[in-house]
Amino acid sequence: MDDNLSTKVKSWLGVAAIPIILWTCVPLLFILAESLKSTTALGDPTQNTFGNFWPKDISWANYQLIFTGGAKDLFLPALWHSVVVCLASTVISVVLAMFCAYAISRLDFPGKKVILTTALAVSFFPVIAMVTPIFNLWRQIGLFDTIPGLIIPYLALTLPLSIWILSAFFQQIPWEMEQAAQVDGATHWQAFVKVVAPLAAPGVFTTAIIAFFTAWNDFVFSLNLTAQNARTVPAALAFFTGASQFTQPTGAICAAAVVVTIPVVILVLVFQKRIVAGLTSGAVKG
Amino acid sequence: MSSIELKNLVKKYGDGFPAVNDVSLDIADGEFMILVGPSGCGKSTLLRMIVGLEDITSGDLLIGDKRVNDLAPRDRHLAMVFQNYALYPHLTVFDNIAFPLRLSKGKHTEEEIKAKVHDAAGMLELEEHLDRKPANLSGGQRQRVAMGRAIVRDADAFLFDEPLSNLDAKLRGQMRTEIARMQRRLGVTTVYVTHDQTEAMTLGDRVAVLKKGILQQCASPRELYDQPVNLFVAGFIGSPPMNFLPARVEGSTLKLPFADVPVTGELAQRVSGLEVVIAGLRPEYIKDATLGDQPQGAATFSAVVDQTEWLGNEQYAYIPFETDPSVHAQLEELERDLDGEGMRTQMIVNLDARSRVLEGDDTPLFFSPADMHVFDPNTGENLTRDEAKANQIAQDSEEQRKAALKRAKAREVRQAQDASKAS
Repeated sequence: MDDNLSTKVKSWLGVAAIPIILWTCVPLLFILAESLKSTTALGDPTQNTFGNFWPKDISWANYQLIFTGGAKDLFLPALWHSVVVCLASTVISVVLAMFCAYAISRLDFPGKKVILTTALAVSFFPVIAMVTPIFNLWRQIGLFDTIPGLIIPYLALTLPLSIWILSAFFQQIPWEMEQAAQVDGATHWQAFVKVVAPLAAPGVFTTAIIAFFTAWNDFVFSLNLTAQNARTVPAALAFFTGASQFTQPTGAICAAAVVVTIPVVILVLVFQKRIVAGLTSGAVKG
Repeated sequence: MSSIELKNLVKKYGDGFPAVNDVSLDIADGEFMILVGPSGCGKSTLLRMIVGLEDITSGDLLIGDKRVNDLAPRDRHLAMVFQNYALYPHLTVFDNIAFPLRLSKGKHTEEEIKAKVHDAAGMLELEEHLDRKPANLSGGQRQRVAMGRAIVRDADAFLFDEPLSNLDAKLRGQMRTEIARMQRRLGVTTVYVTHDQTEAMTLGDRVAVLKKGILQQCASPRELYDQPVNLFVAGFIGSPPMNFLPARVEGSTLKLPFADVPVTGELAQRVSGLEVVIAGLRPEYIKDATLGDQPQGAATFSAVVDQTEWLGNEQYAYIPFETDPSVHAQLEELERDLDGEGMRTQMIVNLDARSRVLEGDDTPLFFSPADMHVFDPNTGENLTRDEAKANQIAQDSEEQRKAALKRAKAREVRQAQDASKAS
């Protein structure tokens, strides 16, 4: 039963996958290529190979510009803000969502459905519609351009998603597991920490990654709710300027884009192994 | 080690339906008690009430004379083996067994835990699997790990929730004897839930039969078989099941579909007011008359055998009969209660393997009227139950149980002495 696909079907699927891989990879490679072009190469197709795609002479000037050059003061603080804001909102969202999802999957209380549908409704809500009221409110209570002022709206984005994913994961964990722990002498809290949480680890990692990306990639909130003290990279890119007002800062923007993509790639590679479904197999008869 | 006492336990769910209704049981220290019944009879709920995973609506639960109704599961000092084992998949076998010991912080040093786990693992032959994860174990091994986790912590009682239902038939037999041996050896009070009557009959010191949340009878397997209190218990215990035949009462004769049976004494008095009763005959009570050894006073009759099944050591013959419309509804309901399908309108006869009965034969058969049970069709009550005999059986089995426990303890002491001598 483990292998229903014949080799022929498999090889056809492999062939069919190639255009999809190209489709998704080419834009990313293009950004990388752009970031390695010198200012002159950007405007001169003859200095590039593969039809203006890859530069003949690789130049690190764009990276120098954003790390040590003129764009340093714009980029480095933004990178720092991105890291702080995203990690904080991920941690808070995962922890809160874990408790909430556990309660939803295990307890029977009035208003359970309301919480779930509200969470879903919030995530359907267009982000841009929330920005103006939040902007006004933040200005009045002094949260404008602060790190918490960015974390709070991000929680509104990530929590609903996290709650939905995690409650699905908790529901998969057999309740007997926890009851066995309680009979074995564990308190509710011990049963949660020693049995439920380790079993839900793949779900927690998945949720954390999704929450992190949501915050990491956000542009609208960061652009409108910050000025200098909390601006994250996606918004900061919009404020890059060229050498003169007539030069586009394409190279620098691409270099910065490559830099902010790296943590995302690393995260996926590191946690890929942790996102393994079927960790619970063998606990019960299967 | 302690006794468990259930006093008028009731469990009502939100809709007011009583899953367990007024159950009282007295489980002695070291006794092996079985809770048995068809699906949905409340046996698992009752077990979960004892362990504390299910709230008690009313009544008292006493463990070792202490009321534990409001105690959390962890404070009841009971060990439970779940139907699906509920092993912790992220821990190794060693850590699974050590889990309850590690939870009681400060009580055991790491060396003590190691010694205890190795002890339990040795008893269950799990030594070479201690470093493996549950996912890599076979069904029987997982079952043993679950038992190891239960025995390692010297709990006051063991609770088993259909522990063998996930195993294949051969393994089930092996594990059954294993559980019986372990229980005798440790002498721990045990409550065991099953729907399998072989397990109920072979393992239990006493068996409590439940139906729709109500305790029907709690007695030794022998008493359940020989002196059932009502139609339900009689039909539930025994395989193949007891035959229920409609019997018209005419004076001092019971007119069964195949034979007329004279009734005398007390029974005649009891059936006198009734028009129809239900006669219960176990398949093995009916014998082939051609083989001889027919006792005096036996009721003889002949019937056409519809189908035979020869199994080597025994032989089943199926004899269809017409049911009486006045008890039809009663028998149909009984069939539903027993999880059966359709009406049983055939009589099963467990014949000697020597019998050469063929399908379609008109076979002479006989049974001893003294073996026949007679049930009131309205209340289901067994009119032939002999209280004196039942008490005698109960006393005998209680003595046997105590003797078995003593023997097991003596053997334990002897083995310990041998071990100390050898070292």
